[in-house]
Formats: sequence, C-alpha cells, structure tokens
Amino acid sequence: MTDLAWINTALTSSRAQVLGALLRYFRNLDTAEDAFQEACLRALKSWPLNGPPRDPAAWLIFVARNFAVDELRRRKKQEPLPPEDLVADSDDDTQAALAERLDASHYRDDILRLLFICCHPDLPVTQQIALALRIVSGLTVKEIARAFLVTESAMEQRITRAKSRIAAAEVAFDAPGAVERAARLAAVAAMIYLLFNEGYSASGGTVHVRVQLCEEAIRLARMLLRLFPAETEIMGLTALLLLQHARAAARLDAENNIVLLEDQDRRLWNRELIAEGSALVEKALRHQHPGPYQVQAAIAAVHAQAAAPADTDWAEIDRLYEILEALQPSPVVTLNRAVAIAKLRGPAQALSMIEPLAARLGGYFHFFGLKGALLMQLGRLEEARAAFDRAIALADTAAEAAHIRLHLDRLVQDSAPRDGMRAS
Amino acid sequence: MLYSILCYESEAARAARSQQEDDALMSRLAVVQQRLAAQGRLGPVARLMPTTAATTVMAGTRPVVLDGPFAETKEQLFGFYVVDCATLEEAIEVARELAREKPAGALEIRPIARFSPMSAT
Repeated sequence: MTDLAWINTALTSSRAQVLGALLRYFRNLDTAEDAFQEACLRALKSWPLNGPPRDPAAWLIFVARNFAVDELRRRKKQEPLPPEDLVADSDDDTQAALAERLDASHYRDDILRLLFICCHPDLPVTQQIALALRIVSGLTVKEIARAFLVTESAMEQRITRAKSRIAAAEVAFDAPGAVERAARLAAVAAMIYLLFNEGYSASGGTVHVRVQLCEEAIRLARMLLRLFPAETEIMGLTALLLLQHARAAARLDAENNIVLLEDQDRRLWNRELIAEGSALVEKALRHQHPGPYQVQAAIAAVHAQAAAPADTDWAEIDRLYEILEALQPSPVVTLNRAVAIAKLRGPAQALSMIEPLAARLGGYFHFFGLKGALLMQLGRLEEARAAFDRAIALADTAAEAAHIRLHLDRLVQDSAPRDGMRAS
Repeated sequence: MLYSILCYESEAARAARSQQEDDALMSRLAVVQQRLAAQGRLGPVARLMPTTAATTVMAGTRPVVLDGPFAETKEQLFGFYVVDCATLEEAIEVARELAREKPAGALEIRPIARFSPMSAT
C-alpha cells in the first residue's frame, strides 16, 4: 500500500476515537471538528517524512488538542477558557502520557457519545444518518448528498440545521451509568441499522454509493462490538448486517431488478461474510438472552446456510419468527412469518394469517405482494391480479414494481401454482 | 526448521478498507504464497475472523468463558491449534479441556475465515 493510502486508512479508522476524545475535552462539536481537521493536515505533512506514529489516534488527539487549546487562548477575550487542568498540562504533556490515559473504558464512552449525539430523537431519521456520515464517518457533504439524491447545498443546509439542533441539546459528558449506556447503545444500534438499510434498500444513489453506505454501517457496527464485546444485541446487529450484505451481489440483476431470495444465484453470495455473521449469531445465542437483532440475524443465517432454496429449514425460520413476534410484535413480522407458514402448511393457512393484517398494512407493498402470490398459488387469479395491481401502485422503487409485473406476466402466461414471494 | 509467521495489523484500519481494497491486498499476498507453495515450503495458511468473533477461555481448573479477544499485553503467544468443530460450543469444549491442563494464561478461540492446508515437505 502506498503511504497516502495508508495515511488515509489510519485517519479514517482513528476519526471516531479522536473526535470523541476532543468532544469530551472541549464539549463543542465545531471545536472538535476543526481541531481534528488541523491534526489531519499536520499528519499528511509529518507522517510521510517521519514515518507513521506507533499509535495514530494518540498522535492525532495530542496534536489536535494542543491546536484547539492554542486557538481558545487566542480567542480567550471573547470566549470562556477550557477547564483549568486542560490548559495547565497541555504544554509539557507527552504523547506517551496521553496515550496511557486513552484507556479503553474512557474512549469507548467517547465513541459511543459521538455516535449518540447523532441519534437525537428530534432529528428525522434521514438527518440522523446524514449527520453520522458527516461527523462519525467523515464523508464529505458531496458524498452524502449523492447517497440521498439531493443537491449538495440542500444537504449542506440539512446538516447545518441538524448540527445546531444537537448543539442546543444537553448531552451528558460524564461517563454514563449502566442504564444510560444501554439506552445509548440501543439508539446507536438503531441508527447504524437505518444507515445500512439506506444503502441496502436501493431507494437512491448508484450501486457504488449504496455499497459504500452498507460497508460503512458494517464498519461502525464492528467498531461498536470491539468496544462492547459482550453486548449480545450488538453481536446480533453486526451479524445481521454481514449476513444481509453477503447477498448484495445476487440481489439485483443486470437491469437493476430485485432478485428474490429463492431466485438468487447463491454462488454469488459472499461465503466469508456469511461465515463471520453466522459465527457472531452463534456466539450471541449462547447467552440465551435473545433480542430482535439476534433473532433477525439467526433467520438470515438459516437462509444463508441453505445450499438451495429447497434446503431451507422453514420450521426453524417459523420458530425464530415466533420468538421475534413475542419480542417485537409487529404486523410486518407476522407477514414474514406467514411466508414460512406458507412453506410449511400451505398458502391457505398463510393467507388466513395475513388477512387480519389488512387494516394495518393497507399501504404496504410487501403485504399485497405476498397476498397476490398466495392467491395465485390457490388459483384465485382475479383476486391475485387485484393484489398485484395494488402492490405496483405502492412500490417505492422501479425494481419493486418490475418484480410484481413479472408475477403478473406469469399469471397471464400460466395459472400453474407457484411459490410465494418473500423478502429478498 | 519450521517457522511460523504471525500477521499483525490494526483491526480498525483493516475494517476501514473497502472490500475492493481488501481483495486487492489478498491477491497480492496470494502471489507470494503461490511462489512459496511451488517451492514446497508453505505449510497451512489461515486468515482469522476479526476479534469481534473471538471467545476467550481463561486457563484454570474451572475455566471461565468470556466474549471477545484475549486482550492482556503481558502474556505472549506461545502456540496455536486448528480444530474442526461443528459448533462454537464444541470449540469452547475443546478449549476448556486444554484450559484445565494449563496453570495460567488463556485460550482465545478465533474462527478461521480462510484456510489453506498446504503442507511443507
């Protein structure tokens, strides 16, 4: 790897830790970001000449902190001074001494806090994700705008507004207690999952941009798991992302149409990601403390382990959905369980299971997609057609609509019973 | 003499590489491996999964099982086993058996992501 590529990787991988520490020192996001930016510039000058530091993050924190303290001194007539101890020892502090203070217990809360401030409940989901990509991941506004299919200036505005909102919010800077830490972890996990879904759902941007979002979500999940290695739901989240991302190459065909799980070319699945995801699921489930991410990951693992669609262990999937329904009751979970029921006990049973959901899922594409497929299997073709028409009207993407049209074509071509549709 | 060569890198840095960059790195390493293999000098090669997939079994008569890697820096790596197990539980059981015989230290279980069993002659 060239020097520059190495430096780039080191800066990216240190970013959350460095920013998190700076945020704790200065309690101001702009100060922290400016200081980090300056430290990166100095790294680009110094590292190629002097070689890489032993601990890039410690180097960056040291340089950034000194820079920020100098800046604050320069402006001290206008602004209050930082805490006295910070100024007092900043001149004779050494990199080694600072590195020693970066014990894991401290910086893991720093990183968690940094992620957590992006999850402010007043911020709409898309702003939370945009903010995390800007602050935690360090993507440029241009890159984020491209991912969300908006103009650069619109995204700039969005991020500025979101930032001023979180600046006004109270964030506790003391080390959080167990309950507070658990709440922060849950919020951050949800945000990372949404980030992944933004990349996964094919709703916007090019394939390249979407893959970048998915990979970034996986990087953040792994980072969180390294910091909290015994958190079963973070194991579950990481596993879920790995297992879903493993199928990325098989999910869309050459025309960008969604390929259903059962029609996917399983040779395109990434076996290494599947193995890692499955290992994490196993590790989490040992604790017998299941949560929604773990169970969803376990379902994904069952699918991933089937060499062919016919080998799928539907009884196990049904059992897992039953657990998920108890943990997190939702009509969408029941809808998914109905797919397993259709495989195990036939379309009639599945249909009677989803019919009560009509009121709550009346605007949901997948509800009508599944309903249509089940009706088709039962030979109730007119009703199937009506359900598919409704699904097309509700489709979010061209690929979803195209997929249903394929069903409609088959319906016209032959009325032979076919397998039901299922999430891709 | 047989030598083992252990690979170290910052895990955060490894996670920051894209799949594409990682694939490129692996194929550069494969070139070196193939040369050694052609000379009949290459033994097993393994790429371990990230430490997030690790489980640690502490040595002692009643071994304690912990999530995550063995993180102490005062102990050094002395050796390794490659065992074929159907489940993590099985691997933990093997590690427990070993741990009961060891007076101190720990056994870290790391699933293997890629394995090539070529043996040196």
